[in-house]
Amino acid sequence: MKTSLLPTIAHRLAILAYVVFALFPLYWLLKVSLTPNDLLYSEGVRMWPSRTTWEHYSFVLQHSAFPTFFKNSLIVSGSTAIIVTICASLSGYALSRFSFRAKYWIVGLMLLTQMFPLVMLVAPIFKILTPLGLTNSLTGLIVVYTAFNVPFATFLMQSFFDGIPKDLEEAAMIDGATKFTAFREIILPLTLPGIAATLGFVFTAAWSELLFALMLINGNNAATFPVGLLTFVSKFSVDFGQMMAAGVLALIPAALFFLLIQRYLVQGLTAGAVKG
Amino acid sequence: MSMTADVYDRRQDRRPWLKRLADASEPYLYSAPALILIIVVMLVPLVVGISYAFRDIQLLNPFSGGFIGLEHFETLSKDRAFYTALKNTLWWTGASVFLQFTFGLILALLLDKPFMGRGLIQALVFLPWAVPSFLAGLNWAWLFNPVIGPIPHWLFDLGLMSQPGNILSDPQYAMWGPIIANVWWGIPFFAITLLAALQSIPRDLYEAASIDGASWFQRFWSITLPFLAPTIAITVLLRTVWISNFADLIVVMTGGGPADRTQIVASYIFTQAFKALDFGYASAIALVLLVLLLAYSMLIILLRQTLLNKG
Repeated sequence: MKTSLLPTIAHRLAILAYVVFALFPLYWLLKVSLTPNDLLYSEGVRMWPSRTTWEHYSFVLQHSAFPTFFKNSLIVSGSTAIIVTICASLSGYALSRFSFRAKYWIVGLMLLTQMFPLVMLVAPIFKILTPLGLTNSLTGLIVVYTAFNVPFATFLMQSFFDGIPKDLEEAAMIDGATKFTAFREIILPLTLPGIAATLGFVFTAAWSELLFALMLINGNNAATFPVGLLTFVSKFSVDFGQMMAAGVLALIPAALFFLLIQRYLVQGLTAGAVKG
Repeated sequence: MSMTADVYDRRQDRRPWLKRLADASEPYLYSAPALILIIVVMLVPLVVGISYAFRDIQLLNPFSGGFIGLEHFETLSKDRAFYTALKNTLWWTGASVFLQFTFGLILALLLDKPFMGRGLIQALVFLPWAVPSFLAGLNWAWLFNPVIGPIPHWLFDLGLMSQPGNILSDPQYAMWGPIIANVWWGIPFFAITLLAALQSIPRDLYEAASIDGASWFQRFWSITLPFLAPTIAITVLLRTVWISNFADLIVVMTGGGPADRTQIVASYIFTQAFKALDFGYASAIALVLLVLLLAYSMLIILLRQTLLNKG
């Protein structure tokens, strides 16, 4: 096929436009976080400040509660990701390898949880968790996030298990292994990439969750990053440099996990097209 | 036939009953942790929430809690803010889905052609998907803020604004703020799903068509679109439900203001529960939203059935 120049140029320009649109907001976040306070207003719309500084970052890391928020978010998202992945490996394996009477009910129940507005549960969950002492606690958040993410992760793990031929564990069972041993020793190691992808998806989802964290957490000690940042924004709404430095910090773990799971995005999003 | 086979099987099955029980319960044991979590943390609160809709539950009032029948729904039928939120939800969902889908499809088509550095470009344009929604909301709120962001100044220079003001506090245009943030954040989702579907189309179809002299548009119309149609239908439908429930960006960027101009039903429920602490009323609105979404899903299923019967 002949390649003409004009369509190629148009194609590259269109791609460039998308890249600029995707990256510009993040670029601006980084730019303001590096701008010294005295230049913030005088050089407002300039693309790059004439001087840069790390002072906003050092303030945020040393004199604010953000390190606590960061640690809390790390604990909540990390624990959620691990527990969800364990539960979802088991249930995804059941859906992939067994045919049993309740299977369609279980799939139906999991689909249902993806369809109804989660915001419906804000009030009842708050009421139920309060007498149990699980509001204002990281444990409460972990329990809630784990349940919310299990259905999607189950479908995701199921799609990874479906990709592994059944003969492998049948061979192992002929050699005398129980089904669970075959699962643990043969199937799980083969699904490691899938497990990593599930960990990444769930971590990112828990790291981003806002509404339930706002409702269930009160005060700085158990605040996750979104809650802490929003409280900070409404309290000190003029310290733009510091707010954006904190924003960049919140972006780092999510961006790292994005790089990790990037290759599995297509499979993941198609498996759980219900969720974002 | 199958019954005799069944009887025969059972006679052949000489496993001890304990072993048989263990084998039969195996899938249930695997699914138990996930199921228990879903039932305890999602299904029970859902039922409790539905019961709240018929009770007077206010967090700060210790004497509340009584059964009040349909009183919340009577209030709701006269609540102007609710009707505004309903209208805003349609606008928010329609505009967001339409723009995300259109730009997502274009991006997928652009990325479907091989070119140098495609892997890197793909990672860069999909990056917004990884940005936590609260940060996406704050980020765009700052871009729209004339003190710190460039957008008002650009709009002013283009003559679209009489002075660099904040679009988020302008009642007429405020909804565009969260919609633009949502489009930025949601394009990768559509692009990724559609790209996967595009890459599963057999390449020889295109070659055959271009040998027959089909133009780019003809190939797109008679090969690409029919192949994409099922993916498009399912992602658009599911995404519509998801976006109509997606309140994060609005809560972060405008809090529903100015004067409820950006309040959607989902953010209205959250505001009633979180700010007014009126759990009963919040649950009543949530129940109405649930019924509307169910009606929407039923409509889609019916539509699909009629289309299938026709074809």
